[in-house]
Amino acid sequence: MVVKNNPNKCLYCGACVGVCPTQAITLKDTRIEIDENKCISCGACVKICPVGAMKIEGKKQ
Amino acid sequence: MVIKMFDAENKIWDVIIVGAGPSGLAAATEIAKAKVSVLVLDRKQEIGCPKRCAEGLGNGWFNRLKLKPKKEWAVQEIKGAQLYSPNGKSVKMKNKKVLGYVLERKMFEKDLAINAVKLGAKILMKHQVINATRENGIVKLEVEVNDDKKYYQTKMIIACDGIDSKVARMLGLNTKNNLKDTDSGYQYEMTGISGYDENLLHLFFGTDVAPRGYVWIFPKRDGTANVGIGIGAYEEKTAKYYLDKWIASQEGMKNGSIIEVNAGGIPVGGFLDKMTADNLVVAGDAGHMVDPIHGGGIGIAMEGGRIAAKHTLLAIKKNNFSDTQLSAYTKDWFDSRGKELMRRLKGRHLLEQLSDGDFNYLAESITIDEALKIGNGTLTPKDKLILATKKLIKRPGLLNIMVKYFNDKTE
Repeated sequence: MVVKNNPNKCLYCGACVGVCPTQAITLKDTRIEIDENKCISCGACVKICPVGAMKIEGKKQ
Repeated sequence: MVIKMFDAENKIWDVIIVGAGPSGLAAATEIAKAKVSVLVLDRKQEIGCPKRCAEGLGNGWFNRLKLKPKKEWAVQEIKGAQLYSPNGKSVKMKNKKVLGYVLERKMFEKDLAINAVKLGAKILMKHQVINATRENGIVKLEVEVNDDKKYYQTKMIIACDGIDSKVARMLGLNTKNNLKDTDSGYQYEMTGISGYDENLLHLFFGTDVAPRGYVWIFPKRDGTANVGIGIGAYEEKTAKYYLDKWIASQEGMKNGSIIEVNAGGIPVGGFLDKMTADNLVVAGDAGHMVDPIHGGGIGIAMEGGRIAAKHTLLAIKKNNFSDTQLSAYTKDWFDSRGKELMRRLKGRHLLEQLSDGDFNYLAESITIDEALKIGNGTLTPKDKLILATKKLIKRPGLLNIMVKYFNDKTE
């Protein structure tokens, strides 16, 4: 299970990057990149996201 | 073929600042003033956009930062605030004098940028730092520009790259935000709205409105305002959910239009006890420089940027870019700002424990002066005694929370 970003919802604010403990997320100008090898599915980014754009795959939202 | 517009790669910069927001531009201004070479890189397409901010800036900051409000960007005069308790009652604090402004940050930051460049700084947008390494005392930055890679070298990095800061972490300084110290923020810039005094900031409290936070209206003239929310990150529902729900319940918002959608994480409490590493200082949101109570950060970030610049210039003068040399910056920041913010953090922790009933009670029983002193952590022993014996005694649960807060000496 890794976290996925929904680009239709995402506003590219970078809150998820700030709380990610493993630096798995990078914010590009208008794109979120997730390093699946680094993601530990802790859910911090899901909790902080103001618009619900992060989701742990395989989990119901 | 890539056209080379500038010759910024083949030199060693004295200072590279990552992030062209208020703190980065304030730092760049100070560095450029000292005739030291400074390059500012920012991943975004435009300065000041998209904002992650309600754009308020108080007069205290204008004075301290020696800034003069300009018509182009200080778009709304603010003379006070109106606080709405959960039961719908409100307390209005309105001054005759102007206490601050709501800004148009796009214009404000462009103004800061133009000024920094006039003084000698260079700024490049859409430059994303993807790696930073040290080599023989020099920092090498690998920078993505469109499909191209560029390499820049510098003696000193000032990391002002916001909550999504990675540059500091690339250079070994952990700036990660703990979830418990980070708020989830969401905002619409709306126009065509009504029913509020445009000279006041409006804050709406209540666990149904905004759990562990509040909804705000920051007016921007002519029925236009930033209407936003900040809530604790542990809530089940999103900040957007709560804000949409609140807007739907407001008569004055019914005819509103949405002209901007903004979001952001707000680092409201986890101050960094270390803000330096070899060749590196960090400022602004990246250094968690935000007021724990109201979540504002423009002024604090700019002051932080200036202090960061001061210590960077000292390091350059001594030609010593070691963590040991730079570490005085952390102490300097805490002495000039951080300690006050730590006291306000205690005020925040107090607020978080209050129930809607406590809030309603306080709104009716305490004075504005008492509320401000609680927020600032500046109650005298006499103030505390009066509060406890005359007012809080009627509400024992609240008294318990307050006594714990009064006795908390941790700073």
